[in-house]
Amino acid sequence: MSENLPAKPAPVTLDPWAKLRAGTSARIALGRAGGSLPTHEWLDFKSAHAAARDAVHNVFSADQLGGEIAKLGEQTLVVGSAAPDRATFLQRPDFGRRLDPPSQQLLEAFVPPPERPDLAIVVSDGLSALAVHTQAAPLLAELLPKLRHDGWRLAPIVVARFGRVALQDQIGSLLGARLSLMLIGERPGLGSPDSLGAYLVYDPKPGNTDAQRNCVSNIRPEGLPIPAATDTLHYLLNESRQRQLSGVQLKDQRVLQ
Amino acid sequence: MTTYHATTAHHSYSFGNLKELLAKATPARSGDYLAGVAAENDRERVAAQLALADVPLARFLEEQLIPYESDEVTRLIVDSHDREAFAPVADLTVGDFRNWLLRYETDAETLAELAPGLTPEMVAAVSKIMRNQDLILVASKCRVVTRFRNTLGQWGRLAIRLQPNHPTDDPAGIGASILDGLLYGCGDAVIGINPATDSVDAVIRLVTMIDELIQRYQIPTQSCVLAHVTTQMAAIERGAPIDLTFQSIAGTEAANASFGVNLNLLDEALHATRALNRGTVGDNVMYFETGQGSCLSAEAHHGVDQQTLEARAYAVARRFEPLLVNTVVGFIGPEYLYDGKQIIRAGLEDHFCGKLLGLPMGCDVCYTNHAEADQDDMDNLLTLLAAAGCNYFMGVPGADDVMLNYQSTSFHDSHYLRQLFDLRPAPEFEEWLESMHVVNDENRLLPIGEKHKLLSPSLEGRG
Repeated sequence: MSENLPAKPAPVTLDPWAKLRAGTSARIALGRAGGSLPTHEWLDFKSAHAAARDAVHNVFSADQLGGEIAKLGEQTLVVGSAAPDRATFLQRPDFGRRLDPPSQQLLEAFVPPPERPDLAIVVSDGLSALAVHTQAAPLLAELLPKLRHDGWRLAPIVVARFGRVALQDQIGSLLGARLSLMLIGERPGLGSPDSLGAYLVYDPKPGNTDAQRNCVSNIRPEGLPIPAATDTLHYLLNESRQRQLSGVQLKDQRVLQ
Repeated sequence: MTTYHATTAHHSYSFGNLKELLAKATPARSGDYLAGVAAENDRERVAAQLALADVPLARFLEEQLIPYESDEVTRLIVDSHDREAFAPVADLTVGDFRNWLLRYETDAETLAELAPGLTPEMVAAVSKIMRNQDLILVASKCRVVTRFRNTLGQWGRLAIRLQPNHPTDDPAGIGASILDGLLYGCGDAVIGINPATDSVDAVIRLVTMIDELIQRYQIPTQSCVLAHVTTQMAAIERGAPIDLTFQSIAGTEAANASFGVNLNLLDEALHATRALNRGTVGDNVMYFETGQGSCLSAEAHHGVDQQTLEARAYAVARRFEPLLVNTVVGFIGPEYLYDGKQIIRAGLEDHFCGKLLGLPMGCDVCYTNHAEADQDDMDNLLTLLAAAGCNYFMGVPGADDVMLNYQSTSFHDSHYLRQLFDLRPAPEFEEWLESMHVVNDENRLLPIGEKHKLLSPSLEGRG
């Protein structure tokens, strides 16, 4: 009878401190096979890495996203940075900070309205097309009505392939805007392939440094959800427009009020 | 000005100065292309390596890559050079220096005596004409032993930095990861937290928490909270129990200035930390991190290639007799090291250069998700560096740093290496692990019961 046979030793040694996982998202109490990672935990790690890799390498549906944003009632333009492909984009951040010549001509040919626009919004895949595909249009759907309510004049919304943050300077400057807001896919972490970053700069022009930008990071359902991100951006944009500055001099002081 | 030449079967090449020659002789990597200093193609690269092999080592004492007058790192390198120690290799070319390093007769003692006679540029130069197996073999001959509350870097030993980071510095979350690491036999190099917030209060809170843990369980190890050096110095002034002072450093004065540090400030930090007199078996109190590409990233590279600049950072490190130095090799991203091949090569170069200069080199074997690299690449580098005698690696729960958002090496990885190469923890820590019934006397993990001492409610209350 099988119950008379000695029990086979379990292949995995479990860790009796799994309840400590409540305090951290770190991968603790994984157990071990000998001294090595058990099969399930190893494949779980691979799965998270695969999601992050796919987020980096997903093809950016710029035209489709432009269509979605147009439905929110704003004119959109689709452009490309000077990086011709993903591999070049990853190795040459300088290419991602400027437009390719046809895109530059397109924006140069744009005839601005008689009154200078307040804000040029740019949306770019950056390091996670997934983040932009899932978060950008819902974020704009909440933010745009607030801006219209406050009387913001918007330049056309520019959707840019293979962009880095500083591309907002060239685009904002060509569109003659007072401010620029860049919504861009952040470098994915293992548990956060869909994290969107928002960067705000007053007086966008090539040569601005990162110290002149304000950043709202980790915009995703499990991080900073869209309603909270919208409130923060709405606050920062209004403050920036009113005080005519951005970056280290512009702090989020709402908690102090 | 001296120019450098080489003729291959196809073409004759010339290089305007040592800086250009070194850059073009460097194995291909994205950061040097980004900086515009790399060889145009493989033939030019090999031609530069041929020309470099003929350069006398003594030439590096005459021609500085970054002027003495304008860079305090250059001044440190020149002023601290030990000509007597240099004498055994003073007549060699770079090419023959490689041969000399590979000789059977060149052993640990020879290399330790030579270290003060070598400059970073000499070491970087020879690394550029070495293949990976040369970098591994020569580094494996070096031994650099340092001490604070335990002894790190001996033959047959491998230490682990326990890295229990948490996105909001939550004490319970950090405590949980520390416990996980200790129960996996890790933490002898240091229990070192990268704080999410760089503030004096945060440093004091975290360093006090680890200090209580170390005292309660009499753990023969040291703690560190990797904030900016000035933040840690302010914590020392307020009486915080600081074991090691940490700082990121780079190979030029301008890059260090972008980090907010200089040699005088690091001197002050060294003296302030030593004055606490908290070590029990030694007084190596500094911990430095480096990484290829940091000077370019700070726009402070002076047209020098990133691997040579990295070696210059080691000249900064060695002045302060650190307990730990590690390159964070794949953290900076694919614009500096594009893929697994480049990360592996850079990791081996950094370890070799640091060891030859006399540093207790460890490595954060790591990558980001936008690099062309994965766990298999990290396994390769981890294995090669362990074969090369690397002093320590990182131990991050499940290799996934949830604060810094990158992948490093895990507690489990250390047991892979301990089995494969029969490596043991630092001797004092090994004894503690055995006394706590975490490992047996054959260096294998023991099953942990629910009533294990480290799982006592008092620790969980904190943790």
